[in-house]
Amino acid sequence: MRRLAPMLLAALAVLAVACEKKTQPTGEGGGQPAAQVPAVAQGGGTPAGDDVIVLGEVGALTGGQATFGISSRNGIALALKEANAAGGVKGKKLVVRVYDDQSKPEEAAQAVTRLITQDKVVLILGEVASSSSLAMAEKAQAAGVPMITPSSTNPTVTEKGDFIFRVCFIDPFQGFVMAKFARENLKLNKVAVLQDNKSAYSIGLTEVFRQKFAELGGKITVTESYSQGDTDYRAQLTAIKKTQPEGIYVPGYYSEVGVIARQARELGLKVPLMGGDGWDSEKLFELGGSAIDGSYFSNHYSPDNPDELVKKFIADYKADYNGAVPDALAALAYDAARVAIDALKRAPDTSGPALRDAIAQTKNFPGVAGVITLDAKRNAVKSAVVLKVADGKASYVTTIAP
Amino acid sequence: MSQLLQHLINGLASGTIYALVALGYTMVYGVLKLINFAHGDVMMVGVYMGYATAFALGREAQRSLWGVVIIFAVAMGGCALLGFLIERFAYRPLREKPRLTALITAIGISFALSYGFQLDIGFLPGASPRAFPEVIVPTEWFIIGDRDVVVWNWQVISFLIAVTLMVTLQFLVYRTRFGKAMRAVSWDHRTAALMGIPTDRIIALTFMLSSALAAGAGLLYAIKDTSVSPLMGLYVGLKAFVAAVIGGIGNVPGAVVGALLLGLVEEFVVGYAASTWRDAVAFGFLILVLLVKPGGLFGRVAAEKV
Repeated sequence: MRRLAPMLLAALAVLAVACEKKTQPTGEGGGQPAAQVPAVAQGGGTPAGDDVIVLGEVGALTGGQATFGISSRNGIALALKEANAAGGVKGKKLVVRVYDDQSKPEEAAQAVTRLITQDKVVLILGEVASSSSLAMAEKAQAAGVPMITPSSTNPTVTEKGDFIFRVCFIDPFQGFVMAKFARENLKLNKVAVLQDNKSAYSIGLTEVFRQKFAELGGKITVTESYSQGDTDYRAQLTAIKKTQPEGIYVPGYYSEVGVIARQARELGLKVPLMGGDGWDSEKLFELGGSAIDGSYFSNHYSPDNPDELVKKFIADYKADYNGAVPDALAALAYDAARVAIDALKRAPDTSGPALRDAIAQTKNFPGVAGVITLDAKRNAVKSAVVLKVADGKASYVTTIAP
Repeated sequence: MSQLLQHLINGLASGTIYALVALGYTMVYGVLKLINFAHGDVMMVGVYMGYATAFALGREAQRSLWGVVIIFAVAMGGCALLGFLIERFAYRPLREKPRLTALITAIGISFALSYGFQLDIGFLPGASPRAFPEVIVPTEWFIIGDRDVVVWNWQVISFLIAVTLMVTLQFLVYRTRFGKAMRAVSWDHRTAALMGIPTDRIIALTFMLSSALAAGAGLLYAIKDTSVSPLMGLYVGLKAFVAAVIGGIGNVPGAVVGALLLGLVEEFVVGYAASTWRDAVAFGFLILVLLVKPGGLFGRVAAEKV
């Protein structure tokens, strides 16, 4: 069967071209579950009629952070489906146009321009990766179209301007949570840091972690770095091992962290690894295998939460996506879409400034990943959970409040 | 001291893999004067062929000696076929066109493969990185001190496989009729054709050989770093290309030496300085070598024939 691979080369070339122009207008009005596979281009760019409100979404559907983008898309699709089933907003159905940015900030910025100028969206949802959101925020702010990032935690994202919001906490808080947890719960004295220096997210977490950990009386033995996409971390880990740390803070993304865990164990580093919400993917367990067991990461939400709203969300999500348990990114995207829909309902019209003011007034909104109140800096204030990895799953350990 | 030794082992491990990939660049450049930018992606396809074969075999069989042999055979054979098809349908029609045309085609094929494989349709694997199965069950073979230096069985086995492949290649190029013909084509393909050498067939065989080597290298890479993704070929391919240029592109021993040097330089930069500097130093090293010896370490600067 594999022999077919080369035969299809020509077909591939054509598909690759199509993939460059990936447009997936997934009109969720029909309520049919969005397939796991992104639909191939459907023309895209056709201006919508008067009876629908078009939202834009940019996500990493391919590339290194693909599971983030796919989870987010699923969460948003579910929220829209529910809103449409309940009659839509102002008598109109909601539709979302999704563009793939291939996990690249440049592509994300382009997608936003396209959503605004061509698709005339009223609001933009995305991205997960802070680097991409930063690139998008620039464009959205300039055009005066509100943007809500479900899960970009780098503080500078919302500092881009008054049209940029988020429904999650920010990096300093995750670094704070893990520093506190490492020092007070795990009682670690010496910790090494391995950061991804291509990612604004990773650098942000590292900065606060180092500061807070030292403040609490701990010692950072060494800070090493890698670049996203690397697969060999043995040089850094060998250097880290020499400093004999009791733990390693690795605030990177799952695709690298799993491999880092394996190589750390291989070099004889048996101490726990710690990280942030970038670890949150089923892939972490596949890539890390048993090497990742005994590690901890901070996150936005835990599916173990007994809250009714969370339970209903998990049940609906499972029903729509072949029994998949929603990860935090799906939960946050779902929340972001619901905050957007709530604002659309409250706003007098769908113009940029009206929507912006409506979103800014979001207060005590019951999200599945915590109660959302937006502060003056357009960030959500809420608590974080710490999860422990064991036997191929992450389980709830504790909640750390701001 | 033990840290130095561990870095040396790590650096050699990456270096031998770069070497296998670099050999493919160098051989194709030798016969066609074409930088085959799709080479790294052919390697990636080989890795996925190995991945699929390992799964088809199942957990037990993939770990047996025969399982590993089958995985390598399927991946290398499959890639040889892929290399043949790429040469036949993408490069051969452009043989008499300006060299730039073939170069751009190579870049096109590279993107078609690396982005095509990110689709999640049919046999295509999708974008997410996957864990390559442990076809060689990791066992610690040598431990020095209190786990100061650890050498694993797969590191030794990979090294031996890489060396075997390189020695076989050396034999093929310098001791067989095919090798002689290949060198003749590399020297001057028009004259070689006049001497009755079937240049088309030799070029096709060179592509098949270099693609099979790439698949072998890719599998060793996947065993080493356990994570495979459709974009892995771009990265490894670029590094191997640099290695080939450092050694003198077109020169077989040069590619090996260049790759080992590059592997070690990268490892020591990351281990003792910072990973941020890795690529800067690697490419700085390339520039330095080219300034001192424009043809690369082992290359000869030939006057362009007019």
